[in-house]
Amino acid sequence: MRQLLRVFGGYFRTTVAAQLQYRAVLVIWLLDLVLQPVIALGVWSAVARSRGETVGGFGPAEFAAYFLAVMVVDHLTFTWIMWEYDYRIRHGDFSTVLLRPIHPVVSDLADNVAYKLLTLVVLSPVVALLVWLFRPSVAFVPWAVAAFVPALVLAFALRFALEWTLAMAAFWTTRISAVNNLYWYVFALLAGFFAPLSLLPGPLRAIAEWLPFRWVMAFPVELLLGRLRPEEAAVGFAAQLAWIGIGVVALRAAYGAGVRRYAAVGG
Amino acid sequence: MRLIRIAWTYLRVGLAAELQYRANFAVQALQTLGGLGFALGGVWTVFGHTQTLAGWHPEEVAALVGVYFLIRGAINAVIQPSMQLLLEDVRRGTLDFTLTKPEDAQLLVSVRRVEVWRIVDVLVGVAVLAAAVGRLGGRIGVADALAFGVALACGAAIVYSFLLALATFTFWFVRVENILVIFQSMYTAGQWPVGIYPAWLRASLTFVVPIAFAVTVPAEGLTGRLDPVTLGGAAALAVGLLALSRAFWKVGLRRYTGASA
Repeated sequence: MRQLLRVFGGYFRTTVAAQLQYRAVLVIWLLDLVLQPVIALGVWSAVARSRGETVGGFGPAEFAAYFLAVMVVDHLTFTWIMWEYDYRIRHGDFSTVLLRPIHPVVSDLADNVAYKLLTLVVLSPVVALLVWLFRPSVAFVPWAVAAFVPALVLAFALRFALEWTLAMAAFWTTRISAVNNLYWYVFALLAGFFAPLSLLPGPLRAIAEWLPFRWVMAFPVELLLGRLRPEEAAVGFAAQLAWIGIGVVALRAAYGAGVRRYAAVGG
Repeated sequence: MRLIRIAWTYLRVGLAAELQYRANFAVQALQTLGGLGFALGGVWTVFGHTQTLAGWHPEEVAALVGVYFLIRGAINAVIQPSMQLLLEDVRRGTLDFTLTKPEDAQLLVSVRRVEVWRIVDVLVGVAVLAAAVGRLGGRIGVADALAFGVALACGAAIVYSFLLALATFTFWFVRVENILVIFQSMYTAGQWPVGIYPAWLRASLTFVVPIAFAVTVPAEGLTGRLDPVTLGGAAALAVGLLALSRAFWKVGLRRYTGASA
């Protein structure tokens, strides 16, 4: 365990050093991160204005709170692992990864956490600015805010496992950007990213119920905003844990099958 | 005329090159349909809760989605890859090979690389547009159709000039490929009428990154909500930006030294 932590720390430091060299990329990342929730917020504020009342319990200020929370949760849980694997496999860099005496998940995890901590410094003033611009309204509930922290950690674990598993598609097809884009469209619509799930049309909501994505996004967001009852929160935690279990099994299976298929291209 | 002939030649070469990778067609079709599903799913969700969105009816927003895909396809098939190639050439000093050709350099760098499969976006855009127009039916008059055509041409010219100007910065700052990525990212905001956004975002989408002119204004023309002043403004802006970006391109080109070719 100590050994693992030391390795983790080492990866962490190299990532911070590497990221500080690419500041322009940070700006692009920031724009991407902010723009999507702001678009959704613009659309739903317009809907609320058109009706001159609330939409399913959301007025403009509640929508603002919802999509700002979405932005924060998205930032803290997102991964870029699918792009990374596309590159690793196509350029043969994966050979180096294989030579290390440690599972590649460890370095990817350290990478991700280091990046998040670094970018949090940039994100905080942006969130403050958006709060000032959009005037969100939210009634925080103490127990729910406390429960949000573990929910967020589990959401991160779940999303990481899901996207790491999907990234393994790179072993079979080198055009993984298509898989990534498709995944993003499904995620955006069914995770509660574009709209609170309660506002989705019936058929879409039914599909969203059976997919893991809502436990990554909608669940922690609604928990933070105090929109869930204690028993709903309990169901959410159970669902998160169950999906993480499925995710880890899928991850191990996909990785095992992928590595057996791997033949260094380039390198 | 010459322009069309040259563009056609490049299109043919691009097509021949890409036909070797036919599986890419399926990949692109899948992505386009995914994007369409997301866009129309969003429209479906929103109009489950309201009759009109800032004055737009569902089929009108659907027409706007059609324009969104149409323009995106055209940009991503020709302009974006060509500009990317320009940045690469300037960085490596290999633009010489293009400059020595006996044809206008701006024209050449604008159509040099064609990613044929992106045209799926254009086809899907046209199909969505046709379906939406069918639903709108008799409400579209000859004047509307004409306004749509003019606005679409102006929008295309404005976006083209904008991207050319962005790419031209490469003559001063070598690493600007990120600027083009920013445009792509901002473009997703065009999926909805820009009128719904808060004033600061609407202003950015109109005057900083002219996405409003590319998508919203033509859709307004089609749905009969475009006033002559806006259309005239778009036309003036298109002509002005075409001239300005060409002048800027020429200034930039003078700085090119072909360091390492």
